[in-house]
Amino acid sequence: MRIVVTIVGKDRVGIIARVSNVLAEHNINILNINQNIMDGFFNMVLIANMENADLQLDKLKDVFTALGEEIGVEARVQSEEIFTAMHRI
Amino acid sequence: MFEIKDVLETTRMITQNNLDVRTITMGISLRDCAHPDIKVTAQKIYDKITKKAENLVKVGQELETELGVPIINKRVSVTPIAIVGESCDAESYVPLAKALDEAGRTIGVDFVGGFSALVDKGYTNGDRKLIASIPEALAETQIVCSSVSVGSTKCGINMDAVAEMGRIVKQTADLTADRDAIGCAKLVIFCNAVQDNPFMAGAFHGVTEPESVINVGVSGPGVVKYALEAVRGADVGTVAETIKKTAFKITRVGQLVAQEAARRLNTQFGIIDLSLAPTPAVGDSVAHILEEIGLESTGGPGTTAALAMLNDAVKKGGLMASSYVGGLSGAFIPVSEDAGMIAAVERGSLTLEKLEAMTCVCSVGLDMIAVPGDITAQTISAIIADEAAIGMINNKTTAVRLVPVPGKNVGDRVEFGGLLGYAPVIGVSKFKPDVFIARGGRIPAPVRSLTN
Repeated sequence: MRIVVTIVGKDRVGIIARVSNVLAEHNINILNINQNIMDGFFNMVLIANMENADLQLDKLKDVFTALGEEIGVEARVQSEEIFTAMHRI
Repeated sequence: MFEIKDVLETTRMITQNNLDVRTITMGISLRDCAHPDIKVTAQKIYDKITKKAENLVKVGQELETELGVPIINKRVSVTPIAIVGESCDAESYVPLAKALDEAGRTIGVDFVGGFSALVDKGYTNGDRKLIASIPEALAETQIVCSSVSVGSTKCGINMDAVAEMGRIVKQTADLTADRDAIGCAKLVIFCNAVQDNPFMAGAFHGVTEPESVINVGVSGPGVVKYALEAVRGADVGTVAETIKKTAFKITRVGQLVAQEAARRLNTQFGIIDLSLAPTPAVGDSVAHILEEIGLESTGGPGTTAALAMLNDAVKKGGLMASSYVGGLSGAFIPVSEDAGMIAAVERGSLTLEKLEAMTCVCSVGLDMIAVPGDITAQTISAIIADEAAIGMINNKTTAVRLVPVPGKNVGDRVEFGGLLGYAPVIGVSKFKPDVFIARGGRIPAPVRSLTN
């Protein structure tokens, strides 16, 4: 399954590093990262493949919720399908 | 690859604008549950629902986790129980309502709809018994919803049933008087009832439906309001276009959920219902959309025109997004379930008469309206007749869900809780329709029914 990780929050050093570390730890392969700073806010959309992951999506969500709280950003993990449905015909 | 703005838009819709899938409703045929012994019928009903919909809640929760979009309710709709119970020799169908309630609670769904009868042109014996059982059935169950269809464009209006339903609504209120007449919040009277509606209280699994089916109701008034904030000052064509585009996106989410739920439950996908369904939560109101379009307060002059445009644009946007559209599809205007409608009633801009006009152009009817407890059965019947006439002549579904709250008067507030919300009691005309209602009989099908 392909997932979309969305990170929104106040910019700081090391957000991408922490996120990619978590993904690597669970054997989740990053396919694409799109990131920018808007109005001082860090926005990142990351697409990854969970095919060989060592945990399920619901557990990964918990991991990212905890990470988000720790580094002060909002972190969401969703199946890619909802974005495909809404933004692609 | 998605653009950041697209992904953030979806996230904002969910986290800030209350985008949700209101319900995944599994329709289940109970036609094979008929039996002369009502105890056997009840057992067969329980067994079939708990088997067919065993995984409904689990699949709903899985999809919610994976897609990150809330799926608020999981529901079951069944064949009208008047048909299922017809072969029983029992006089009351309350045991069948209890079987529905128990089955629903066992599998963990929020509502079970279909304690219903379709009497557009007249009653069968089963219809009579079912309707007589409604007050007790709704008082003694928690999650069972009931509906009665009293007319249609093809059949005209059964005025005997209209008269009876006025009395049934009053009895239901009396039997649940200790809970602000909550029984009436679970009872809808229809004209042109829809066979594949996933929304409560009016959902039932029509006789034209398959063995089982997944119907999904989407929501999202908050998303539409947010989108309209960006086009303030633009002409109404732009407003309609913005609503269409937003409805398209909302419906695509519903379509995804419906397809996936049907696949995982090994069931046919039925329809997406494109309705904008409000909740009492702040930022989830259809009335606030109308006010964003430019009305000082919903119910004031201009409301019907703005609502007509909203309702039509929602349909146009949704149509392209789903392969099968059905149900009620439009904008709902339940008073107690919409913070903006509640405020409009309290402000004095929204009256029962204006609500009636609004039902001519939106998807259903007079919905979740608290009225004084001393309203007569005949007045309720006459309101049902008016609403049914609008449906019959305009070839659309209309419905009445009035809650006459014993001991409450205009200005008092009634609390239903949860998605059903709360409502100020609204005033009703004091002029009597009693002689008209006492006539009974049948309003003939209108000339527009002769289309063949």
